[in-house]
Amino acid sequence: MFSHRSVATAALLLLSTNVTLADSSGESLRAPKAFDSVRNRTERSVALFTEAGKVLQHPRCLNCHPVERQPTQGDDLHPHMPPVHGGPENRGTKELPCTSCHGPHNTATLGTGLKSIPGSDPWALAPASMAWQGFSLGEICAQLKDPARNGNRTLAQIEEHLAKDHLVGWAWHPGEGRTPAPGTQQIFGELIAAWIKTGAHCPKP
Amino acid sequence: MPTQINVNGAMHSVDVDDDTPLLWVLRDVVGLTGTKFGCGVALCGACTVHIDGVPRRSCITTVGSIGNASIRTIETLDANPIGKALQKAWLDLEVVQCGYCQSGQLMSAAALLAGNPKPSDADIDTVMSGNICRCGTYGRIRSAIKQAANQLGSSQESA
Amino acid sequence: MRDQESNSVSRRAFLASAAAVGGGLLIGFRVPVAGASQDTSALAPNAFVRVDRDGRIKVTLPYVEMGQGAYTAQAQLLAEELEVDIEQLTLEHAPPNEALYSHPVFGDQITGGSAGLRGAWEPLRIAGATTRVLLINAAARRWRVNPKTCIAERGEVVHARSGRRLKYSELVDAAARLPAPENVPLKSPADFKLVGKSVKRVDTPDKVNGRAKFGIDAAPAGVKFAAVAACPVFGGKLGSLDDSAAKAVRGVRQIVRLEDTVAVVADHTWAARKGLAALKIKWNEGASARIDTKQLMAELDAGLDQEGVVAVAKGDVSAAEAGAASSYEAVFRLPMLAHLAMEPINCTAHVRKDGCEIWVGCQRLALARRMAAEALGMPAEKITIHNHLLGGGFGRRLEADYVAQAVRIARHVDGPVKVIWSREEDVQHDYFRYHNHSRVRVALDAQQAPVSFSHKLVGPAVMARWLPVFFKDGVDFDIISVAAGAYSWPNVRVEYVRRDPPTGLNFGNWRGVGASRNAFIVESVIDDLARRAGSDPLAYRRKLLAGSPRLLAVLDKAVELANWESPLPPGRGRGVAVLDDFGSYVAQVAEVTVGRNGRVRVDRVVCVVDCGLAVNPDIVKAQMEGGIIYGVSAALYGKITVANGRIQQGNFDDCPVVRMQDAPRIDVHVIPSGEAPGGVGEPGTAVVFPAVTNAIFAATGKRVFELPIDATQLRIS
Repeated sequence: MFSHRSVATAALLLLSTNVTLADSSGESLRAPKAFDSVRNRTERSVALFTEAGKVLQHPRCLNCHPVERQPTQGDDLHPHMPPVHGGPENRGTKELPCTSCHGPHNTATLGTGLKSIPGSDPWALAPASMAWQGFSLGEICAQLKDPARNGNRTLAQIEEHLAKDHLVGWAWHPGEGRTPAPGTQQIFGELIAAWIKTGAHCPKP
Repeated sequence: MPTQINVNGAMHSVDVDDDTPLLWVLRDVVGLTGTKFGCGVALCGACTVHIDGVPRRSCITTVGSIGNASIRTIETLDANPIGKALQKAWLDLEVVQCGYCQSGQLMSAAALLAGNPKPSDADIDTVMSGNICRCGTYGRIRSAIKQAANQLGSSQESA
Repeated sequence: MRDQESNSVSRRAFLASAAAVGGGLLIGFRVPVAGASQDTSALAPNAFVRVDRDGRIKVTLPYVEMGQGAYTAQAQLLAEELEVDIEQLTLEHAPPNEALYSHPVFGDQITGGSAGLRGAWEPLRIAGATTRVLLINAAARRWRVNPKTCIAERGEVVHARSGRRLKYSELVDAAARLPAPENVPLKSPADFKLVGKSVKRVDTPDKVNGRAKFGIDAAPAGVKFAAVAACPVFGGKLGSLDDSAAKAVRGVRQIVRLEDTVAVVADHTWAARKGLAALKIKWNEGASARIDTKQLMAELDAGLDQEGVVAVAKGDVSAAEAGAASSYEAVFRLPMLAHLAMEPINCTAHVRKDGCEIWVGCQRLALARRMAAEALGMPAEKITIHNHLLGGGFGRRLEADYVAQAVRIARHVDGPVKVIWSREEDVQHDYFRYHNHSRVRVALDAQQAPVSFSHKLVGPAVMARWLPVFFKDGVDFDIISVAAGAYSWPNVRVEYVRRDPPTGLNFGNWRGVGASRNAFIVESVIDDLARRAGSDPLAYRRKLLAGSPRLLAVLDKAVELANWESPLPPGRGRGVAVLDDFGSYVAQVAEVTVGRNGRVRVDRVVCVVDCGLAVNPDIVKAQMEGGIIYGVSAALYGKITVANGRIQQGNFDDCPVVRMQDAPRIDVHVIPSGEAPGGVGEPGTAVVFPAVTNAIFAATGKRVFELPIDATQLRIS
């Protein structure tokens, strides 16, 4: 139902986001082959995960993996403004759901400060068991592998989720005014796949 | 091509780009000025409306994202018992000062009571902290929500 | 001891005007007959009341409604003397007219300074009573009885003995022919039916259903919508502009260039905002482009070491200091503040060849008209202003810059245009409360009792521009108000060093005006002195307030209601502060919790106010509650900073304010009183700053000398 004009605008916005990506952070996430030289399989696995950690511990991801049930914002992980609560199903409370503000797409505000409101369908907070803020990469790794905490996912499902999930992918298209996660979701997915293939070893906690 | 939107039970044809926030469509095109502009970036809640019963900040909700959903604004808050009870409580307790934020406060409060008929102080904090009032009517808003909840609760019991 | 005349200021002149503003002693006032209508179809003996033949009673309200309850209180005064129910009145906003609707003390049509009710108190009652007497006289004539045997009640004149009655509507023609009576008797407070009662507010029913019309809701036929960008560097001008992309935005009608602003006019606000975002603007940033907050604060600090103008002098401070056993000295620094009214700045204007029509909500309507007239080079009589409800004022709408801007834009537009500022524009082009720094020195005797109080204030002279009669011989009467508090210091000196911001950085009034600067300073000093003396801050204050019975009474009541003596757990503290200003007496006790991370939460505020006769006690309470929240927001978060000549904040993310979850519980007690009414809009804000910082001291032992409160300074390491 989008008019030609807004499709064009959206395409333009997307284009400019991609340009930023290529320019600033496209190089900063190394693809799995960069780790081929690591001979020890366990060490290679750890190195791959450590590289993927640049994404996992990026503010775009950490902000919605808080320890408390309130998300944070910005590159400094300050409290979400306005104050909100993840609610019973991590989609906000029934009376003030995430969708009160977060639509299916990033929305331009044309403001001179906050330039866009992030959006994705769905928009949600990570469950409490998947809190990452303040965790070491080793701890995040262990948590990711633990079905009791990762939503009862197999490693294959974890790979699928991280490589394909739309909300995860938002981290690379976070809307004007936000630094995207490094690299691309594809490279990130490849890193995770390679990590799993190499035994899914974790860095020291 | 004009977009059709359903506002307060009436269809409106609005000829604007799909990226236009509902707020400006309501105020400048449809002519319903009860919904207020306060910040433009979903920080203050003054523009809160209900879309299919969900409270939404109309300043960052594009008209193209609404489709056939039903939009309710402050102008028809009294169409349901919760809205009526809230308006009564607001006046009984003289909540309002300048009044500019109160459309949004009432719409948020209505969503609160629809989902939670007996909100605790913490529940009220969680939902209502999204709405800023610079006149400082928070204490009275809290009391009025409780009064409305009580009234609705007792009328339900007696029914 | 005799007051000494300071070298350049007539203290008497200051006291006279200060008393007039602060003490409720209004100068002799006459209801302007000039406003009497020539229209013989109605009884309209003055500029405030008009009774139509159909019985409609239209009252014109000179003080604007911005949430403070002005319309209700004015309606109460008029209805009381008219002997009608409030529901019988039709209320109208007053149009701009200096001759008819000026505030008796300010000498201009101003709603501010917590002075509206004091300005209305006599004139509106006289206006109502005059009308009532005319109607009674007309009835008495018809019945051929002595007017003294007739009374007015509920819109009728009644002859008690015979039981005859005539409705006001039936008396309009006869009353309109009678000469207006002089010196009409006002009702005795004992007979008040409405004044002093918490009658329901008149403005609120339409504010809960979306029907109320604020300035931003004005919708004259054919209105277009404008988004504006003023030069982000204050004092800068528009350089070059590429508007080709903006013109291509659907719905954009035209681009208007002003000297320092660009406006995009469109079919609706979003199209205008899109157009604005698409403009490529080059600004000539001008001389201020390198200014930052550090530099501004350094200028104020330098002022502390400069000799100022002595504004208040009592006794001999120098001699007292020379003979003192010890002395106390402290420096206080207050930040720049924005107003952040919920309704962003806006104005709608339609400029035609032969006149101009304006739709706006403004605290200074006559000024708005003068500024519009000047901007357009048009006589003021050609300009009509429709005033609206204000979505918050707080002092921001005491300016009319946005009215001048709107007409400058509108003169290029065919038809009416509504100019709405973005929130960022509203913050960045505010008329800020500007910085002020203070040094206070108190000389003490061997028993730690003060022998002199000396306060040097460095700050802006808002009144020099805004209300020049309040700026005399180099002294701004506002910034020095309550600079020594209400305490009985044996010797006092208040010295003022003027420091205005650089040209282009606009500064003005902010809720609480001088008091919201000085209450913090004086009440912090008193608290610190009590600590030095090893005395309870309450007992120490009481001793120095022996000459202020009304202040003592509110103080005693506040500590009683707050359970002052009851112990609090560690990390929590209770602080007290008082204020005698705006014709009212206020005491507050704040309770705070200071977390280990230094985060301050204001848990509760007890507020006791003696505002003389409370015309509407519930509105008085609401004003205290709201004033407290406004002050707590500023105390915790309020700080506007400048870098590269630009304001660095712009919206509620970087200008946080108190929200529901942070709002303290507030208990207000209004002291019953028959004294003349005092102002209530601002004292609540002024007192809460020191009540909170004194509570922080009680909780942490740390004194706050600089606002806003800095959590990092309160952290327990």
